[in-house]
Amino acid sequence: MISFAPTEEQTTAQQTMREFATRAMRPIARACDEASAVPDSFLEEAWALGIAAAQIPEAYGGFGGPRSPVTNAMVLEELGYGDAALAAAAAASSAFAYAVLDQGTEEQKKRYLPLFCGRGYAAAALACSEPWPAADAFRPRTTAIRRGNAFVLSGAKCAVPLGDRARHFLVVAQSADGLDAFFVARDAPGLKISAPEKNLGLRGLPTTRLELEDVEVSPGDRLGGPARADVARLLNHCRVGIAAILTGLARAVLDYCIPYAKERVAFGEPIARKQSIAFRLADMHIEVECCRWLVWKAASQLERGADATRAAHFARAYAAEKSLWVADHGVQVLGGHGYIREHPVEMWFRNARTLGVLEGMVAV
Amino acid sequence: MIDFELSANDKRVLEAVRREALVARKYARHYDENEHEFPPQELAEAKELPNPLALLGERTEEDAGMAVLTTLIAMGQSWGDYCVRVRRQRGGLGNSALQATGTPEQKAKWGHLTLAMAITEPGCGSDPSRLQTTAVLDGDEWVLNGEKIFVTTGCRADGVVVWATIDKSAGRAGIKSFLVEKGTPGFIVTHKEKKLGIRADDTAAIVFQDCRIPRGNLLGGDETVPRGSSGDFRGAMKTFNMTRPTVAALGLGIAEAALDFTREALQQAGIEVRYGPGLPSQSALAEKFLRLEALHEAAVLSVLRAAWLADQGRPNNLEASVCKAKAGAAVREITQGCIEILGPMGISREHLLEKWFRDCRITDIYEGTGEIQRLIIARTLLGYGRDELK
Repeated sequence: MISFAPTEEQTTAQQTMREFATRAMRPIARACDEASAVPDSFLEEAWALGIAAAQIPEAYGGFGGPRSPVTNAMVLEELGYGDAALAAAAAASSAFAYAVLDQGTEEQKKRYLPLFCGRGYAAAALACSEPWPAADAFRPRTTAIRRGNAFVLSGAKCAVPLGDRARHFLVVAQSADGLDAFFVARDAPGLKISAPEKNLGLRGLPTTRLELEDVEVSPGDRLGGPARADVARLLNHCRVGIAAILTGLARAVLDYCIPYAKERVAFGEPIARKQSIAFRLADMHIEVECCRWLVWKAASQLERGADATRAAHFARAYAAEKSLWVADHGVQVLGGHGYIREHPVEMWFRNARTLGVLEGMVAV
Repeated sequence: MIDFELSANDKRVLEAVRREALVARKYARHYDENEHEFPPQELAEAKELPNPLALLGERTEEDAGMAVLTTLIAMGQSWGDYCVRVRRQRGGLGNSALQATGTPEQKAKWGHLTLAMAITEPGCGSDPSRLQTTAVLDGDEWVLNGEKIFVTTGCRADGVVVWATIDKSAGRAGIKSFLVEKGTPGFIVTHKEKKLGIRADDTAAIVFQDCRIPRGNLLGGDETVPRGSSGDFRGAMKTFNMTRPTVAALGLGIAEAALDFTREALQQAGIEVRYGPGLPSQSALAEKFLRLEALHEAAVLSVLRAAWLADQGRPNNLEASVCKAKAGAAVREITQGCIEILGPMGISREHLLEKWFRDCRITDIYEGTGEIQRLIIARTLLGYGRDELK
């Protein structure tokens, strides 16, 4: 059926995260951006909310809640509303956990899932983006070549979230069988992890580059084992996750601009009373709504287990374009103040441009 | 539960709509080139097909609500042809007004008629509170005087719902809706407009010259003019909360036809549109096409959102404007973009794309222009009244 009605559980999760975004994210977002760092205390607090453990079955130590990409999309929108960098930091490990949960072998689930159900934040990350022009996560240049019984990984990944501390990476690579993903431990021989990258936006999220030089992994380290995994599906979960954060980011810009435009007086009246500003705000609202419905549709298809490739593409491409558009016009509504770092809008503008070109940071 | 999957029932209805639409498509060009030759109410060929509306009989909880389904049917019909829609269901905008503002007796009396809606005048369109057509009570009759333009289906309709003022000094509060049946003396259709698109839909100009109608033809029956409020006007404007999603859907059906045509043409030219690979791996044309498709999907979802709220009995004034504004802009960009992708093939009258480009252009104009929708959205967002944001 066609329905836009969230369940009671989803509404509760949304409200919890909305409150968390206002209380725990907004006050520290600027400082994290300026310092290019995320405090452990924030990660611990996000962890305590069960961002990763909520949907992991009790058998592995999780809370045993239903696996719901729609709920996750709603949660990520709220976190993105708080701050995109901190949202990605809080949710990076759960993307790894969901990949294992959805597509791992029993052995892989037993090995990795309990990590995400403990007390302290366990950092793990997907490695999907690659550092060359026209890079495409669905066609990575990183390769996995069979050598005897093992796989040898070669290539490079960039913008790996929490790469400075993650203990495990799930690296997307091209094998002879097609698109595959491999577990690589932080201390794997041949894996070089760069110093934190210096990026345009999402500065509060430490990211690193991974250089893979003949990194040997066992067949058991392939996601899904011999039966393999549907890595395109995994990437679709990521596309929707990124789109959800971008939706929240765009909504944050709009919510910031509305009171500003009503207070800022020019030529004797608030600028919000001028059509050039008011209509822009209307368009910003329209796009925030459209982004959200595209995200919900893709997430609901993933939840049904259907092929969501088309819907996930739409959500991701549209949210990337329109969140940037909204943030760009947010800067313009604030005029000079939009350019000043005392206001968060320039940061949101940089964050939108940054997240919009990345892959695999978070997942629903 | 949040879901976007059609039920088996809904799919059957929409498949039947599609079969009729394919018949309508065959006649689309003919009625475009022969502007004032009306398409018949029911195409003979379509009579053999199952009536999609007959499949509506048993609705279950799994099925979409009627407002949602109405927009999907509208989209499916205009995918065939906006004008040559197989008109199983009679009715125009006036019927929506009757349902929104009429008394039960009035609905029973006129519900079976096809009713057009006469709002716009030569001197006012988007701001109907300035309208000049008057209604004066004379004994047991209202006497209407004035001129109306852009009356969709004004020639063919059995009657027209007319907006007129009974007290000019009262502004919006003085505006009432009246039902005028065809054949009433003093109700004169002066001419039919020649248009850019939707040519087979008649658009009339109507003059009311001492046109006398029974006192009971005032929709809703309230003859009072409240001071300091908008009176019935706000109620009359509610007509649009359901019609706006529907006209948005009609435009999007046309745009979908354009996308389907373009996708097929690209395929034939060896350009495959794929959703898996990222944009960097796409050809420039495929990338442009994917953008237009995403835009279409976004607009469709905004329509479903507005209609779904109506099904829930929840207010949807804001969402009706959001989807109308979004669809109005989207269909322009989509059809213009498809022509750009296909080049000379896009402008040739051998194909329907150039017609779709013309047809869907009305979406951003009628039932409130995109600008008016943005005005409504902005006032709602900002908490401004009419005087604070003009």
